[in-house]
Amino acid sequence: MRDKVLIGYGQGFWGDSILGPVRLVREGPLDYLALDYLAEVTMSIMQKLKGRNPKAGYATDFVAMLSRVLPEVHQKGIKVIANAGGVNPGACLDAVLDLAQKQGIKGLKVGIIEGDDILTRIPDLLQSGHMLANMDDGRALSEVQSRILSANVYIGAFAVAECLRQGAQIVIGGRLTDPALVAGPMIHEFGWGPQDFDKLAAGTMAGHIAECGAQCTGGNFTGWRDVKDFVRIGYPVIEASPDGSFVVTKHEGTGGLVNRETVISQLLYEMGDPNRYLGPDCTADFTSAKIEEVGKDRVRLSGIKGGPATPTYKVSISYQNGFKTTGQLTVSGPDAVAKAKLCADIVWGRLALDGCTFEEHEKIVEIVGAGVCHEGIAKPTDPPEVVLRMGVKCNDEDKVDRFGMEIVPLVTSGPPGVTGFAGGRPKATDIVGYWPALLQKDQVKTRVRVEVT
Amino acid sequence: MAKVKLSSFAWARSGDKGDGSNVGIFVKTKADYELIKKALTVDAVKRHFHGICKGEVTRYEAENMLALNFLLRDSLGGGGSESLKTDAQGKTHGLALLEMEVER
Repeated sequence: MRDKVLIGYGQGFWGDSILGPVRLVREGPLDYLALDYLAEVTMSIMQKLKGRNPKAGYATDFVAMLSRVLPEVHQKGIKVIANAGGVNPGACLDAVLDLAQKQGIKGLKVGIIEGDDILTRIPDLLQSGHMLANMDDGRALSEVQSRILSANVYIGAFAVAECLRQGAQIVIGGRLTDPALVAGPMIHEFGWGPQDFDKLAAGTMAGHIAECGAQCTGGNFTGWRDVKDFVRIGYPVIEASPDGSFVVTKHEGTGGLVNRETVISQLLYEMGDPNRYLGPDCTADFTSAKIEEVGKDRVRLSGIKGGPATPTYKVSISYQNGFKTTGQLTVSGPDAVAKAKLCADIVWGRLALDGCTFEEHEKIVEIVGAGVCHEGIAKPTDPPEVVLRMGVKCNDEDKVDRFGMEIVPLVTSGPPGVTGFAGGRPKATDIVGYWPALLQKDQVKTRVRVEVT
Repeated sequence: MAKVKLSSFAWARSGDKGDGSNVGIFVKTKADYELIKKALTVDAVKRHFHGICKGEVTRYEAENMLALNFLLRDSLGGGGSESLKTDAQGKTHGLALLEMEVER
């Protein structure tokens, strides 16, 4: 058994910088590279793409990123773990095998994890009494059944470990939890079992810290003035030990900052009850960790406690829930705020003249520059210009489009100083509703398949 | 004792939790932790976010991090894809809390 394993986290979401993983591979030692591409909305987009093309529905960014580093990854023996499979891990596998063949890489083992996608099983599950009720408000899934776009179970770290055990150097999953991408390699390397709750909790906590990439190494840090060299910000590297303790660090010579404050900041990100962080493999007590700075850009966590997981998996379901659009214009001073307010009134008034009205909760007016993000907190000012941002949402697509036509006319038919209209007329887009639910664990079987070039 | 902004001695991070946001805030010393535990009551935080948070506020403590974590329900105009707001994910709510003034 190795006494230390280095796990880097290169992309924290679909759209994160390609430089993260490339520099993790090139600028320092690494055993594993983890990458996360999935958000709730992403899954519905991927199902739509797959509906049009059976070879689509995975994170193409992953293959683009691999094309830049695969020879080096292969030669150095770095293992790559990603939930890039989206709703079509098989197609992602084919794309990676294709890429390896084109680059002349022989003997590369690529594995996939399937079983998280339960979209086609929904009718059977409902029929056999699995309600998949909305966790937030208890509504029955049957209410939106005809509008479901995607349905995926959050799979844990043991499926990742199994894929590694079968020899995969590249592991491609669908809806794996973000922390599982980090805890999986620890289970595989250190031989942790399903009852090792403290260690699994430590792996989960390490994964939570790393899962948003540079957000634990100085990104989005409220002490941002202390962060050096954002351009070359280092992405996180977890130095894991068999006893469950780990050090959060980054490659030597990279920019950014790892200290007690940057690590705690990320521990608190999207946190609910810190005593009980729920995951598919364990519950983790984030309040049990001892957190200490042990060197420059090195923070050690130890003593983490965990407990058994719940008998259910979390399911993420998305569904079509109406239409929306937003549009914006820039309004210059003097009197920018007053003129922007007048502009908004004009738009609503003209729409009403044409018989098009919206309920209060269906519309928004934001005067960006006059205290939108910190509404009710930021003191009113008289900015030299503002951005007027307006939006609507409802179930009637035509009404949403009608709204979109009434923004640009303000340039010539409203108060003076209205400019900056770009990007064309705002058009209606789908609202993707999010439906969190629970499913008994015995209803889900994951499958692993490994292929070689 | 003087009125100072939380940003002068605390750090914060926020993100989305469904149609609400979470705001984590933490400090460096035990004395400051006692101070924010006293100053940042559920009511005080709810009042501070009156223009943003339309639902209830819940507070959790994490002493090992000298941190408090607040859940601000109904603060994102629907949340996720349903929200029309610029900050549909509550990314800026941490900085908003750090604008609060306390006696220190």
